[in-house]
Amino acid sequence: MPAELRELVQEAQARWTSRVGLSLDGADGTACQMECEPSELPEICNWLFSDRHYSFGGLVVEQRTRWELRYAFYGSEASWVHVVTYLSDAGDRFPSISGLVHAADWHEREAEDLFGLVFEGHPRLGDFVLHNDVWQDGVTPMRKTFDGRKPVTHRAPDLNWKPRRIVEETGAFAMPVGPVHSTATAPVYFQLETVGEDVIRAQPRLFYAYRGLEKIAEGRRADDVLLIAERISGTSAFAHSLALCQGVERLCHVEVPQRAASLRVFLAELERLRHHVAAIAGVCESTGLAVAAAHAAILEEDLLRISGSLTGHRYLFGLNAFGGLSTDFDDAACGRGAAAVAQVAEKLTVLQGMLSASSSFLDRLEEVGIVSFANARDFGLVGPIARASGLSRDLRKAQPYCGYDAIKFEVPQESEGDGYARLRLLFREAEQSARIVSAITRDLPAGRFRIPETDLRQGAALGWVEAPGGAALHWIRLGEEGRVERYRIITPSFANWHGFRLAAESFAFQDFPIILATFALSVHENDR
Amino acid sequence: MSQWVIRGLRTGVKSTRYPRVEETAAGTSPGLPVSTALSSDLAQSLVAHCPVDALHPSITGVDVSLRQCIHCFRCVRATNNPMDWKGGYEWATAASDRNEKGTRFGPAFSRSVHILVVDAGDCGACLNEVKQLNNPYYNMHRLGFFLTPTPRHADVLLVVGALTDHMRLPLRKAYDAMPTPKRVVAAGACALSGGIFGQSFMCAGGVGEFLPVDVEVPGNPPPPLAILHGLLVAVGRKPTAGSHHGPGGPAENGSG
Repeated sequence: MPAELRELVQEAQARWTSRVGLSLDGADGTACQMECEPSELPEICNWLFSDRHYSFGGLVVEQRTRWELRYAFYGSEASWVHVVTYLSDAGDRFPSISGLVHAADWHEREAEDLFGLVFEGHPRLGDFVLHNDVWQDGVTPMRKTFDGRKPVTHRAPDLNWKPRRIVEETGAFAMPVGPVHSTATAPVYFQLETVGEDVIRAQPRLFYAYRGLEKIAEGRRADDVLLIAERISGTSAFAHSLALCQGVERLCHVEVPQRAASLRVFLAELERLRHHVAAIAGVCESTGLAVAAAHAAILEEDLLRISGSLTGHRYLFGLNAFGGLSTDFDDAACGRGAAAVAQVAEKLTVLQGMLSASSSFLDRLEEVGIVSFANARDFGLVGPIARASGLSRDLRKAQPYCGYDAIKFEVPQESEGDGYARLRLLFREAEQSARIVSAITRDLPAGRFRIPETDLRQGAALGWVEAPGGAALHWIRLGEEGRVERYRIITPSFANWHGFRLAAESFAFQDFPIILATFALSVHENDR
Repeated sequence: MSQWVIRGLRTGVKSTRYPRVEETAAGTSPGLPVSTALSSDLAQSLVAHCPVDALHPSITGVDVSLRQCIHCFRCVRATNNPMDWKGGYEWATAASDRNEKGTRFGPAFSRSVHILVVDAGDCGACLNEVKQLNNPYYNMHRLGFFLTPTPRHADVLLVVGALTDHMRLPLRKAYDAMPTPKRVVAAGACALSGGIFGQSFMCAGGVGEFLPVDVEVPGNPPPPLAILHGLLVAVGRKPTAGSHHGPGGPAENGSG
């Protein structure tokens, strides 16, 4: 058991004695479950988050014989803590923890909207996932009694409906952007409120692309749900399918062959590299630096073609399978892929050098869209966005999987938290990914690429990965015949969209698209 | 700033020569399964591998409905008797008989065409492939295609995604705001049939019931060249898949 976790368990025992049921989970003793009464929740969660500096992973709500709420926290060295509380099916009121653990804010709003649970003390519930202008009151699609296969009768469209405004001063002005805006962008609506030059409020309205994936997964076969996992976010498909695979493999006690683990790292880093290059292209484009944007776009297409010619699919669909991968790759082909990746990485370094010498470009990024360390922590930001603000938690290091603990790489960190810090971080992470790709292909273990047959067991487990955008957590509960009973998808974009307004507010209108680009957030990954 | 000019010139021309010449670079398309001759026993077991009912037993073996196919590769990787798989990217078919009767845009549209892209709730992959059309490799400006942010300037509506309940009204408003004549191109299995999302409490299972779709582009996601072919079909500058052989080697078993 990691020292961090042992110390934590001792303190919890001393503090709450018999009021909290402590149990250690997993053969390696790296997960601790704390069962408590709903009334104890805020205190325990606050203690983990504020005193012990655990990161808030997410909230999993399950409707079984009674309500089961699971708050997942993780530390910095291979340790998970799940705070679990129960309430009879008849009740639906829980104390809100978001006053103390602000990172849980959106999780509670989502659970309120989709399950109809009430979080007492939460300041802002309603009109979140289910848009109030579309959905009738009282529809709770995630409850077991709701049939997710049938269409729902909605309100008649109200063409005069407008989202609530926050700034109501005389002369205040709200600029609506979206949900169909710009050229080829994902659907999201921003109401930019201002009294002059600066954006005062920039709360995004999301979930236009809400496809109800958690609901439609229920009752399906686990390997069909894997296809859904790939399509949570097409640009992070491999990461999400890997998270689900690892959850199922943990549940079914499957050890993935070494070759499969190495190939998974190879593909995951290839995807991260492509994601970051696309983000860099987005930043260049947002500042109007067309030549740089074209160069970055060439590199993105190069990486798509490398993925496509090696695996058959440009977005790495159809590769992950329970127990390994769906197909093997020739070592020589992987080597050629890695060589091509190295060429891309070289060109990326040149591009970075040229960008850092373009002062008109830097002027648009430096000291723009700042997220402080304290804000990043309070809002539970993850991934490159958090690391650009000095919060350097990376699940590949903190909770290693796929043999990442045996791979040498750095987790870059910046401290300024502005647009330029985020851009530098993207470049540095891309470089690390390219290095991992080339190191891993030099030394691919021989052997099987998959365990032939995975015996699906009943029960639940958590799978996690550091997706390109940050921590992704997948909670999977399997029932009879390998059917999915509950699939909870916690994505990095969900965490980071929550904090996006921190960066956008109090900056000028013309900075808005640039700040948006430096966040490189996925709407689809958020909406699910 | 001269460094950018020099760098740009040094990079040279990257653009594909499609549609004049077939594009053969590796990794530009995932390909699609094609009708395969198999004994009826083997055909039955192969059909069961498909998670989206894209495969159907036929007299000679297995037929494919490309509107459904999501490139999961299960009909080639999870079996000893795989489906035949074919490269290429000229997959677009006419969805409405408007096209087959030969109705085209008026002469005013034969040159530049402005395209509004609406993401009606996809996974982001289709949208990303649409974005690639503006990168130097595909550079669709050279063909007179331009993306526009406003429906008022749009001639073609390019829709991706399975159509979520939340996007119905924005999509309808965008379509209604476009001047006539207009065309609708639906790209990706989700926009055509709902794909893996299917029909549910949140997804309409495609945009066809909701908008008069003219051209359908299969794929999950369709690669940039397939989307480009779809746009060329929509403005009458390319024949549909299977209608006769263009330079890209159209899929011979197009479902349309």
